[in-house]
Amino acid sequence: MAATTYVEAIRQGIWEEMERDESVFVMGEDIAVYGGAFKVTKGMLEHFGEMRVVDTPLSESAIVGAGTGAAINGLRPILEMQFADFMACGFDQITNFAAKCRYRWGQAIPMVIRAPAGGNIHGGPFHSQNVEMPYVHTPGLKVVQPATAYDAKGLIKASIRDDDPVIFLEHKFLYRSVKEELPAGDLTVPLSKARVHREGTDLSIITYGWMVHVALKAAQQLAPEGISIEIVDLRTLVPLDRRTILDTAKKTSKVILLHEDTLTGGLGGELAGIIGEHAFDYLDGPLIRIAAPDTPVPFSESLEKAFLPDLDEIVEKARWLHRY
Amino acid sequence: MNAAMSTRTVGHTSTEVDRDLCRKFLYHMVMMREIEERIELKLYRQGKVLGGCYTGRGQEAIPVGSAILSRPGDWLTPSHRDMAALLIRGITPREILAQYMGRMTGLSRGRDGNMHMGCAERHCVPIISSIGASIPVAGGLAFAMRYRGESNIVFNYSGDGASSRGDWHEGLNMAAVLDLPIAYFCNNNLYAYSTPIDRQMKISDVAHRVAGYGIPFEIVDGNDVLAVHEAAKRAVTHVRSGKGPYFVECKTFRMSGHSAHDAADYVPSSVREEWSRRDPILMLQKHMVEEMGADEQVFVDLRKQVLDEIDEAVTWALAQPFPDPSTLEDDVYGSV
Repeated sequence: MAATTYVEAIRQGIWEEMERDESVFVMGEDIAVYGGAFKVTKGMLEHFGEMRVVDTPLSESAIVGAGTGAAINGLRPILEMQFADFMACGFDQITNFAAKCRYRWGQAIPMVIRAPAGGNIHGGPFHSQNVEMPYVHTPGLKVVQPATAYDAKGLIKASIRDDDPVIFLEHKFLYRSVKEELPAGDLTVPLSKARVHREGTDLSIITYGWMVHVALKAAQQLAPEGISIEIVDLRTLVPLDRRTILDTAKKTSKVILLHEDTLTGGLGGELAGIIGEHAFDYLDGPLIRIAAPDTPVPFSESLEKAFLPDLDEIVEKARWLHRY
Repeated sequence: MNAAMSTRTVGHTSTEVDRDLCRKFLYHMVMMREIEERIELKLYRQGKVLGGCYTGRGQEAIPVGSAILSRPGDWLTPSHRDMAALLIRGITPREILAQYMGRMTGLSRGRDGNMHMGCAERHCVPIISSIGASIPVAGGLAFAMRYRGESNIVFNYSGDGASSRGDWHEGLNMAAVLDLPIAYFCNNNLYAYSTPIDRQMKISDVAHRVAGYGIPFEIVDGNDVLAVHEAAKRAVTHVRSGKGPYFVECKTFRMSGHSAHDAADYVPSSVREEWSRRDPILMLQKHMVEEMGADEQVFVDLRKQVLDEIDEAVTWALAQPFPDPSTLEDDVYGSV
């Protein structure tokens, strides 16, 4: 069987759910005739027709508002934001309306907002950001970011079937850079479970998205030095799998919190809070955050390389923490 | 569809159907007026209603003349000055008062306050405080109707202030492009909180903004329930027949402050006096007397009936339990 890329896995997941449930439809900018900026919805218009694959005007707020209205009225929308950065244009609809419907009036909003996120593609300040935290901080939303093709397919399908609004962040750099053979048949991954991507005993790296792969390289590089690193891929940022986070902290007693998002107000601080509150007695060293600096995402290759957390930094800090 | 304000035809011979309809209009308008008066002038001042207190005094003709045309399968997205739309959908004074008092049996179970109320079963979306946000949401409700091939439509309500929001423009444009079945009712009451209409826009009519999106529109006297109703019938007929959205601008005036705390000193007294002579309830009663030979006693009896219903509802609501604090974290997610 041929390997399936991350982007193809998402496309397959959406396709299968649209075949399975006729209340599922996709809506967004340039997604129907053109097949989407990243071709996630390629071929869907021809197969499912224009009622279920809907091109819209350039209006993110109207897309999110319409998706929410459609969800209220019995459909299961999948909305595409062309880039995660532009979700900000629909922020009010997402955070003030969609997220609060169940709490305010008991109205479920089964809706997925897909958004290509992340850097290392030379996209500059408007096309590279990791925007998860405002949504993580909004009660009522679930936030997901797969790191592998398997999880991309399993999580998109589970997100579509979920009865809460889900922010589904797809890492642009991973779209075509990771692939694997996927099992045939229905494949879902629960929205509340982190995954131990690599077992280890000396030190844990808790991370998500593209950084899972960078952490994996660091672990491989350090293995010959006798440093055994465990890597936890969160997969779902809301709800957070606290049990897996605390289990790994208690197991290795040394934890690095790694993300591509900027440092201040990033998820690393929240993870440090959880571990500090509930596993303090197990720790044998300080909690280390590795993240991008607090700047916009720069364009130039030299600047973006300096901005993104990289292998050398992770290796160096892991060695330091191991020695601690 | 023209810019001139359309008014109702007067002087025709009234039928029993007309008389029934007018009595129905009057009941809902008086009920909305009296519930809001009870809340603002009594319960709010007594501390039995906490939070803000926003009324639609003087604007009752707009929700009444239009929402009365809604069918069970239609959806409504009322604004914060459209309580009568909820009453017409079968939401009771009891539920409304319990809502204002933050009780467990209020429409939001104490999760949201005062006029932020709706009901999924009766197809009313609770207002979204970021004014104008309901315009795109109406689009999605309507999209689902087209998706399933229904003849249901959406009744959307907003005000002049909303027309300055980006969401308003995005939502109307998308509805036009996708031919969505939505009848829009704009209450242009001349003020958005304290901001007068001439600081809101450079043109005289909200409807002229709609023209830019290719949506047919008309402008009516929003204090004349019969004129609103006739325009609403044209709008609903157009929308239900699959011709896409339609916009009705209702010229009216907010006969109160933005909220109970606002004395509205920024409104010139001449404007207030002029509009108080055009109270929509008095206008309807005058029509019923002059054109239909109604007896003034009918109005006295109807008001008494309404006040009795409100008395009963207030007593009921005051006896309702507050939400249990142990439920605080319920219903944020369907599953975790």
